Formats: sequence, C-alpha cells, structure tokens
Amino acid sequence: MRRRVRLCLALLGAGAPFAAVAAPVSAGLRLNASAIAMFLVFVLCTLGITYWASARIKSMADFYTAGSRVSGLQNGLAIAGDYMSAATLLGLTSLVYAKGFDGFIYTVSFFIGWPLILFLLAERLRNLGRYTLADIASARLEPGGIRIFAACGALTVVCFYLIVQMVGAGQVIELLFGLDYTYAVIAVGLLMMVYVTFGGMVATTWVQIIKACLLLGGGSLLVVLAFARFGFSFDALFAQAVAVHPAGVAIMAPGSLMGDPVSAVSLSLALLFGTAGLPHIMMRFFTVPNVQEARKSVFYATGFIGFFFLVVVLLGVLAIAIVAREPRFFVGGIVGGELLGGSNMPVMHLAKSVGGDVFLGFLAAVAFATILAVVSGLALAGASAIAHDLYARAWRKNTASSAEEMRVSKIASVGIGGVAILLGLLFRDQNIAFLVALTFGVAASVNFPILILSLYWQGLTPRGALWGGLAGLVSALGLVILSPAVWVRVLGKPAAIFPYEHPAIISMSLAFVVTWLFSVTDRSAGAARAAAAYDAQYVRAATGLGSVPGET
Amino acid sequence: MPAVASLGLAGGIVPWGGIMADQDIQARIRAHPLFAALVAARARLVLLLSLLVLLPYYAFMLLAAYCPDWLARPLAAGSVITLGWPLAVGLIVGAWLSTGLYIWWANRVFDRRNAQILREVSR
Repeated sequence: MRRRVRLCLALLGAGAPFAAVAAPVSAGLRLNASAIAMFLVFVLCTLGITYWASARIKSMADFYTAGSRVSGLQNGLAIAGDYMSAATLLGLTSLVYAKGFDGFIYTVSFFIGWPLILFLLAERLRNLGRYTLADIASARLEPGGIRIFAACGALTVVCFYLIVQMVGAGQVIELLFGLDYTYAVIAVGLLMMVYVTFGGMVATTWVQIIKACLLLGGGSLLVVLAFARFGFSFDALFAQAVAVHPAGVAIMAPGSLMGDPVSAVSLSLALLFGTAGLPHIMMRFFTVPNVQEARKSVFYATGFIGFFFLVVVLLGVLAIAIVAREPRFFVGGIVGGELLGGSNMPVMHLAKSVGGDVFLGFLAAVAFATILAVVSGLALAGASAIAHDLYARAWRKNTASSAEEMRVSKIASVGIGGVAILLGLLFRDQNIAFLVALTFGVAASVNFPILILSLYWQGLTPRGALWGGLAGLVSALGLVILSPAVWVRVLGKPAAIFPYEHPAIISMSLAFVVTWLFSVTDRSAGAARAAAAYDAQYVRAATGLGSVPGET
Repeated sequence: MPAVASLGLAGGIVPWGGIMADQDIQARIRAHPLFAALVAARARLVLLLSLLVLLPYYAFMLLAAYCPDWLARPLAAGSVITLGWPLAVGLIVGAWLSTGLYIWWANRVFDRRNAQILREVSR
C-alpha cells in the first residue's frame, strides 16, 4: 500500500529550512498494532480524566482557568507541554539531522525567550489577568473596541496555529498509523472537542501534563538507548556523525542559517516575542493561584523545555550517526537519498533502529498524543476569546449570566473543533509553511506590542493600541504574502518582493512606532481615562493588591 | 500572604478594584517609600538578568553570522567537537539558571518587602 504523502515540515516554525516534501511510504514504516494499542490507552486515560474533570467544572473560572488551583509544577509541565509540540520533536531533530549545528542555533533561538517571559510578563499576567489576554489590555483601554481587536488577534493566532497543527496531525498520523488523512483529522478534531467542552481547563491541563511526561520520558529513553551504542562518549558519537553525514565536518560549524543576518534577526525576533503573544501559552499564567506559583511555573517549564531541546538536538546527532547509514530507512535502499516517509522522520527511524517496532509504536503514539494536547490548548484559548471577550464582555456588556456564558463557551468549543476539522481538510496538500511565519509574525506584531505596552507604558491610549495593532496585523500579513513562502512557493511568481521569511523585524517595529504615534497625538477623553487608570494597574501589577485568583 | 488575600476580597471586578476604599489603599501604597524602592529594585534586577540572557545570545548569533570559523574551532586538539556546541548548551542552561536566580531573589527579597508594604498600608 503505497501512497504519496506530503509532509509539511513547517509544523513548528522553521520557515526556510523546511520545505514540503513528497516521499513514498513503504510498508516498513506503517504501523503497527502496538502503536494503536498504546494510543488507545492514552485516549482512554484522557477521556477518563475529562469525565473526572467535568464534575469539577462548576463556574466560569473553573472552565477558563481551572479555578486558579493549578500548582507551579503542574503548570510548568503544562506550559512545557504546550511548547513541545510534535513538530518540535520531529522538526527540530530533522533540522539537526539535515544541517547539524545550524539546527542547534535555531533550537537556542526557539528557547531563549523564556527567561524574558518570566522577567517581564509572568507575575504581571497573574496579578492583572483573569481569563484571557484581552482582559489585560482592555481593562484600562475600554471602551473603544480594543477588547474586540485583542480577541480577534488571539483568534487569528489560534486559527493559523490550528491549521498548521491539524494538517501536520493528519499527515503524521496517516504516515505513522496508516489511518486515512480525513479520518485522522476528524478524530483529532472530535477528541479535542470532547476534552475542551466537557473538561475545560482542568482536563486540558492534565492532558498536557501527561503528554509532557510521555514526551520527556520517551525522548530521554531514546537518547539512552541510542547513546549507549557509542559508550556515552560524545567524541565517538560526533566522530561517527561527521564520518556519515554528506556535509562531513561542516555540520559542526555555523552554515547557511546565518548566511543572511537580517533574516536571522527577524526570525529570532519572531520566536523571542511571538511566544509572548501566543494566547494558549500566556493564559496558563491565570491557572495558578499567586505570583509565587506563576514564577515557579516558568522555572519548571524552562527547565523541562531546555532539557527537552537538548535531548532533541542530541537525537538529531544520534540520527545522523545511526539512521543515516542504514539502507532500510531510505527510499529504494539508497543511503543518502530520500528518507522513507519524508525528511521529518529521522527520530522515528532512530526509534525503530534502537528499539524496534515496539519503541517506534510508542514514539508514534506519543507524537499523536502531543498533537491532541496542543490542539486542545488552542481550542480552549479560542473558546475563551469568543465566549468571554466577544460574547460576555463586548456583545452582552457584562449582562450575561454565568450559565449563558458557560453555554456559549461550550458552543464555541464545539464550533472551533468543527472549524479546525474543516480547515484541516481544506488545507490538505496545500503548502502551509507560510502559516508558521504568519502565526509568529502576528503574535509578535499584534498581540505582543498591545500586551507589553498596556503593562508598561502609561501613555498608551485606546486609539494607539488599535491603530498600532492594525499596522502590525496588516504589515505582518502583507509581508508574508510578499515573502518567498507565499509569493514564490504558493503563487508561483519568479521572485519574492519581500526577501525574508519572517516579517517580524519590520512589522513589529512598525506596530510599536504606530502605537506610539497614535497614542501621543491622542487628546481624547478615552486617552485621559486610560492614563488615569494606569496608577491602579501599576500598583496592582507590582503588589498583587486586589487581584482575583479564580473565584469572584 | 494573608494581607493580600484579605485585600483581594475587597477588590471590585472591573477595572482593578474600582471601590473607593481600594483607591485609598492604592494611593497609600503609591506614597509608601518602600514601594518606590521595591519597584526600582525589581526593575534593576529584570534589566540585569535580561542583559545577562540577551547579550550572550546575540553575541553568539553575531559570531555565527560573522565569525563562524571561531565557533568552528575544535574544543581540544584532535576532537571533532567544536567550540560552538558547548557554548550553545551553555546558553540554554544559563537561560534556565537565570530564571532560578530571579525566583530565588524575588522569593527572598521582593515578596517580603511586598508583604510588609501591604501590611503597613492596610493598618
């Protein structure tokens, strides 16, 4: 049963290094009763947790933020789970496998923003926030439509990220489980709907925690099994990797990734500040009871993510040394040719090589679980933006009862599940690499400037936030369309008008400049109100005075 | 921090504690000499640690862009491992340690001062 599967390698945000690859899949990669059995165990466990959680969802706070009763360690694991997607496991290992040290540079860039999130955002988000990111900006800047705009910014990011995850999910699952793309996408969408609708943040957090443990455990075990072949000697491992890789000793040094510094800076800005604009990650700071736990969650999350990224880099090098010389993992058995299943598969082949079919099955089940957990977090972030920001606050103007808001949030969860399935089917076989640049571009140029300026700049006015956000949105969108990813690879034009994959260097700067300009020239009553309200926010952000952890 | 909890209950819903009593407490916090010192100390630590994370990172990126040969020097004579690998590991571990440093300092110093301020203004 051969089938051409297009794997979108841009699952995670690499942009340039990943391109869509078509490769025939042989029966050799097809799974595999053990994978399906292990995945079913995961699904049953998580459905059990959802059932348990559903009895604990009594208020809106329970649904949106698990009643702010999550501990720092639990939240740290959940944040790490949100950040370590299947794409991280597959994409980063394949990047190191293909490019060596360049993959490591990329991995470091993907990580280095976390301390800044702790220093600048974590405590303030906990002290000021209740349910959604839009709560924070709009508390001082309302009325003036900023809540609607911030909610739409969050929904845009959620939507783009969902497409990337759903298409990636369909392809990876089809590849690893032999389940047809359509059914795979529908299965992921339905399970996500069940988790979020019935279990809210409680279930989503636990699904994320379990998956993070599986991913950390599975990755570490794979490193131990594979590294044992080299007697745990880095010298032996790297000597072997250099001997096997076609680029030879060049994989040990910086290469093409840094060939264009402007592009690299733009990428690093998008990754650094885009993370701080991802609503499904930032909303996790509302699930802990106080700033102490919020801090702890970043410490744990950063530790887990950093450890996992080092594991992933090591797996990439191990894959060079082990997988790259075994003919059975290449199309037609030609070593150095195309990898079976596409260029995203080195870590899966590594699992098969050192642990046989059972370990391959386990890792495939972990990848599936990972995708499920990440889309659930996204769906919950989207549902809160719709039910809390758009429905309860903007449309009903705080007159909606708790029961009405709860009903809308459940309808929104189901709706987002449906939309996700639809988008997953629509974007099948599309080149979606650009969506990753778009997700991080919009997050860094729309959500992040509004958030950080509303926290730190007294002079921010409703008009400034709105126009600055719009400038960020339009420029991020426009520049991605003019970039090689869309202009050349989707629209088929000969040369891109905007030469860089990531728009952040321009769109983010533009957002800040426009926000500043439209704020300092704003003489309206709303601007005065926003400035007057800053003092209360400032005191509360710094001291936690009057913050409402969960219950109201 | 019981002081925070009891004050928290008095807070209104939108926007931040819109009750008169709270505004009074806010003004008193704002006027408290320790508050300005606390905010300034926190800002200094944040700036210091951010630079501690960002400067090495961007130095590393610049080296990778403009002096890749320097990062490609072998770690020891005869080894294929280059200087870049342990440096990159160091960036990740260092970034993590910086979060630990911040938390250690915040728990030890900031939280205590914060609790003191809240205690004194709510008397």
